[in-house]
Amino acid sequence: MDILVYGIINSVTLSLLSLGFTLVYSISRLPNFAHGALYITTGYFIWLFLNGLGLNYPLSIILGIALTSLIGAMMYRLILIRIRGMEISEIIATYAIGLAIIEGLRWGGLRGTTFTLPSFASGSRDILGVSVDDQRLLVVVIGFAVFVLLYLFVHLTRNGLALRGIAQDERAAMMLGIDSDRMAVVSFAMGSSLAGLSAALILPLGNIVVEAGYNVLVFSIAVSVIGGLGSWTGAIIASFIIGFAQILTEKFLSAHFQMVIALLAIIITLLIKPSGILGRQKELEERV
Amino acid sequence: MEARRKERIDRGIKVRSEGIYVVSSLKEMLYVAGPRVFLMAGLLLLPLVLEMAPYWKRVVNIMCVYGLLAISFDFLANIVGLVCLGGAMFIGVGGYMTAIFNVYLHCPVYLAIPLAGLSGASICTILLLPCLSLRGVYFAIVTLMYPLLFTRIIEALNILGGTNGITGLDSFPNQYLENYVIIILLLVFLFGLRRLMDEDIGLVLRGVKDNDQSVRASGINVTHLKALAVFIASFIGCLGGAYLAHLYMWAGLSLFALDFSIIPIAAVTIGGGGSMLGAVIGTFILVPLSEFLRFFGTFRIVIYCLILTGFIVFKSEGLLPYFARKYDQFERWAKI
Repeated sequence: MDILVYGIINSVTLSLLSLGFTLVYSISRLPNFAHGALYITTGYFIWLFLNGLGLNYPLSIILGIALTSLIGAMMYRLILIRIRGMEISEIIATYAIGLAIIEGLRWGGLRGTTFTLPSFASGSRDILGVSVDDQRLLVVVIGFAVFVLLYLFVHLTRNGLALRGIAQDERAAMMLGIDSDRMAVVSFAMGSSLAGLSAALILPLGNIVVEAGYNVLVFSIAVSVIGGLGSWTGAIIASFIIGFAQILTEKFLSAHFQMVIALLAIIITLLIKPSGILGRQKELEERV
Repeated sequence: MEARRKERIDRGIKVRSEGIYVVSSLKEMLYVAGPRVFLMAGLLLLPLVLEMAPYWKRVVNIMCVYGLLAISFDFLANIVGLVCLGGAMFIGVGGYMTAIFNVYLHCPVYLAIPLAGLSGASICTILLLPCLSLRGVYFAIVTLMYPLLFTRIIEALNILGGTNGITGLDSFPNQYLENYVIIILLLVFLFGLRRLMDEDIGLVLRGVKDNDQSVRASGINVTHLKALAVFIASFIGCLGGAYLAHLYMWAGLSLFALDFSIIPIAAVTIGGGGSMLGAVIGTFILVPLSEFLRFFGTFRIVIYCLILTGFIVFKSEGLLPYFARKYDQFERWAKI
């Protein structure tokens, strides 16, 4: 039973982590290798606002997420917009920015156990006979809320429809007067704030460590490759596959193999169905 | 105000030294051979010049290892179009393979390094094979993950010496050999790859980057070509890694460190991609710089990344094409 409960929790966590990456890729076709860095930055910002400036907790979370989404938007507006379309430069630039942030934080002393965020809810309760603490339940609830809100946003609002238009066919969308660059900025801001939101929810469960930046990047990439790069529903399905696979490895092997599972899953996906679970429309473009 | 524009015209000597007419006089021959001879002679003399500073001789060795990695990155990214974000994978696999050959199987150094190069390149090629038949970001994603993965596996299974690494590798018999092995390797691969690019296979490999459909239409298997390119590049990288392991007399997890992934990328971007020479020049700037910045620790990586991003955005051609232009052409203001 605990496999089921913790599997679901882990899966929702993973899909929260990877949603930002998938969103940015599906809209702007840019692999955001700075995703993990943005995640860890938000954690640091919140800690800074909370302990350095003495703000209260909800305010510092909101400020932290806002600042991160600003960083994401600026990253596109100032740097990536100039190299759009040069595939090699895009990859290298986002990777370099991500590394710069992560290693900068490491140099700035973000290591050890001193950096922790308080959890929102401290109690724990029994679900199906398994004891689960409230913070993890909150992650699941807010995770589902985010999925629903995101779904409503891209299906009902004007901006959301524009985002979907760009994701489906950039040229046709531009012909209808949708500004591709503006939408890319919006997608980066949204992707970064999703990274930030997941950081705010998940980081209270442990310490803020720099290595989490790399782990988050690896897992979110794994999830979005398996789900089909750029497919949101695919990403959610894939995060359930990986989430349960991780819990099972942790139970029967050891926690060290979690990343091995992620990479194995990627390789198997690339061998069997390179466009991922739901990435059907781009299949012809990606095969040589 | 009259409108003016800058026009660039090839120098006469450049035009004269194109093709077979280069042998017409000594001056033309010097013009063509000068930069190449300067580079070769400079590198070969460097250990002798630095006789007084043994520390910097070691820096030269490490610089040449990074040079090899940068060449292999440049070859993969700017010729074949595969962006490799994990150069550390080549270094690590090469280093561990030579440790296995040398420590466990008791091969001497001069046998262990080539064997490690070949076996390491085979391993890397097989591991990367699944993403070679695809376009897009998959290669970058998978190469990004492998160094992290190898570190985790070695830690988790506690194989190959675990976190302590494999110690007791043979060192090189003497210091001059230690210097010249890597310098000559670098020169051989630098000029060898440049030569390879002028052959037919070079043209086809460029075709893979620019238009793989036309390569396919010519009846050439793109995946085989990419596998060949990855084999060449990882062979170069693994040789560098094997050398490094013998230099430190130790093969450990730090061979998978991030530096080996990011410095070659930064070097290629700074030096200018596509010609291999730019990659080498980039490392000759970056690695000594990183020695001066040793005080900063991991902050060095931040500095590389900032330099890298700056070059990508503002001067994406790199330094070498800039200087090559100055060497081959002159500029003047012309009326429109």
